Amino acid sequence: MKRFVPLALLLLAAVLPWSTLSLPGLFEGPLNSPGTLQLLAVCLVFGALALGYDLLFGRAGLLSFGHALYIAAGAYGVDILVSHYAWSLWSATLVTVLAAAALAGLLGSVALRTSGIAFSMVTLAFAQVGYILVNRDPGGLTGGEEGLPMRTGSLPDALVGVTNTVNLYWLALAVLVVVVLVVHAVDRAPLGRTLIGLRDDERRIAVVGLSPYRVKLVAFVLAGALAALGGVVYALVVGGASPHVASSDFTLALIVMAVLGGAGTRWGALAGGLLYAYLDQRLARLGGQLPGPLSEPLFILGTLFILAVYFVPGGLAGLRTRWEPLQRAVRRREPINSTP
Amino acid sequence: MSTVVLLTLTGLGLAALYFLIASGLSLVFGLAGVLNFAHGLFLSVGAYATWWSAPHVGLPLAVVFGIVAAAATGALVELVLIRPLYARHTEQVLVTVGLSLAGVALLQSVWGADARVFPRPQWASHVTGILGATVPDDRFLLIGAAVLVLGGLLAFLRWTRYGLIIRAGVENRAMVRALGIDVRNAFTLVFAIGGALAGLAGILGGMYFTSVSPGQGGSLLIFAFIVVVIGGLGSINGSAIAAVGVGLLQQFVNYYGAAGAGDVSVVVLLAVVLLLRPAGIAGKAVAA
Repeated sequence: MKRFVPLALLLLAAVLPWSTLSLPGLFEGPLNSPGTLQLLAVCLVFGALALGYDLLFGRAGLLSFGHALYIAAGAYGVDILVSHYAWSLWSATLVTVLAAAALAGLLGSVALRTSGIAFSMVTLAFAQVGYILVNRDPGGLTGGEEGLPMRTGSLPDALVGVTNTVNLYWLALAVLVVVVLVVHAVDRAPLGRTLIGLRDDERRIAVVGLSPYRVKLVAFVLAGALAALGGVVYALVVGGASPHVASSDFTLALIVMAVLGGAGTRWGALAGGLLYAYLDQRLARLGGQLPGPLSEPLFILGTLFILAVYFVPGGLAGLRTRWEPLQRAVRRREPINSTP
Repeated sequence: MSTVVLLTLTGLGLAALYFLIASGLSLVFGLAGVLNFAHGLFLSVGAYATWWSAPHVGLPLAVVFGIVAAAATGALVELVLIRPLYARHTEQVLVTVGLSLAGVALLQSVWGADARVFPRPQWASHVTGILGATVPDDRFLLIGAAVLVLGGLLAFLRWTRYGLIIRAGVENRAMVRALGIDVRNAFTLVFAIGGALAGLAGILGGMYFTSVSPGQGGSLLIFAFIVVVIGGLGSINGSAIAAVGVGLLQQFVNYYGAAGAGDVSVVVLLAVVLLLRPAGIAGKAVAA
């Protein structure tokens, strides 16, 4: 039965845009209104981005602080090709994702020569170059601090306009499914077991004759490609690329999502991404009504995150495993109490 | 010639800022194994404390207040957040990540996201002529402060009992503990020192850029990270050398190359150093 829960959830997510249900506390309009669908689409994209990042962080134990670079490469790449050069969306996406994978291969081959904290700092430094470049607006390509709005001229008609928000929602859902399938396929494949072996003890992998460096590089390139794919959809859903996607804060947010949800678990990072994106957007909208520091979404999310690190070490996914022993303990005690 | 002199002194001024941030980071990392993402927050705390108190108590006292506030923040963070997660390094790093997000948001909610004009001593806006170059005096302020701190820090580490414990702890923490020395007090002390150095860097940075904003610490922090890695994790001397190299390179390439090329060249330098010496200039082994 348990195996069908994800399928049922997917089906539910797919048919959701036909519902006119209103959930007053949770969303501002009915479920099928463009505003709500866009909010949900952003959540789905973040779920995909967080799960893709968890391939590095949770599975391989590579604490990259520069994942935003590949997301930004996806967002800006497709945006530049479509807006400046009027490429069709599909060829732009293909070229962008391949280019981002090549970039990940190049930078990863340098960064992976280090390990631990040095690796984190090197990836951070590389990503910072991306952030600086994007902000400097080289050749008028990126639009600098203003960002680059997506020109809709050469996009497929089905993805343009407020009434077509539902198609963007489905697109985000489709990409999320692709990321889930890829990450779970890696989990099941020998590669996944090798990655987890690397995370737990790198020497063990070297002893059995595999090159840790090469395995990590494969994971790094794959995660880079998934990040770029997520970036492409992100740019489509929010209507362009802004320097924020290239900033280190964006990577830090991904880490927060993965840890909140439960890094290295099957669905944890995905759930964390959905929850984080939802809270971030909702709190920003509620912002004006809340007093003092509570008006800053990042204050609430940062505090929530710190509390989660202390009190819920396994994240959301860890809650269940903590809950079960408790339940069993309670159940076992009941008959003893009831017997006179 | 005059351009070269100006660029050199400006680069050294920037190097002074990087060194002040990197030395605190490096000590904390070397001893406690914690990559402190909240270090940028300490920077902002020092800068804002000084900015806030300067109109009330005058600039010199405000600078002292800012440094003390940042040191206290550092010590408090160690006691409340880092210590309970003993030996769980990844979680310790994650907590500082959360703190850096929440802390900057907190500053922003109190004083707004916009940059504020930072007070500076009268004489810092004057210029001095050296070899035909007119150099703003704030460069000398930065360089002088960094040299004093470097000397003080090295003296502290070399000749005091706590300095000895910290040096030994950076070298081999398990051995120090095995000798029956409580390294936890040294942790708190190192976080306080790191906080004070970051606070001082925040204040000097405020004077140098003539403004302060909540996110300022974060952008300086990244170059400090680069300095720490190039210098070799845990080494104060390495940080000082790397800071000078990074500061000079950045200034010269930014002036003679395209806009932003200086920042990029720093990262290229990082990549080259890592390819040749994965542990950095003064590092011995890659820390896990």
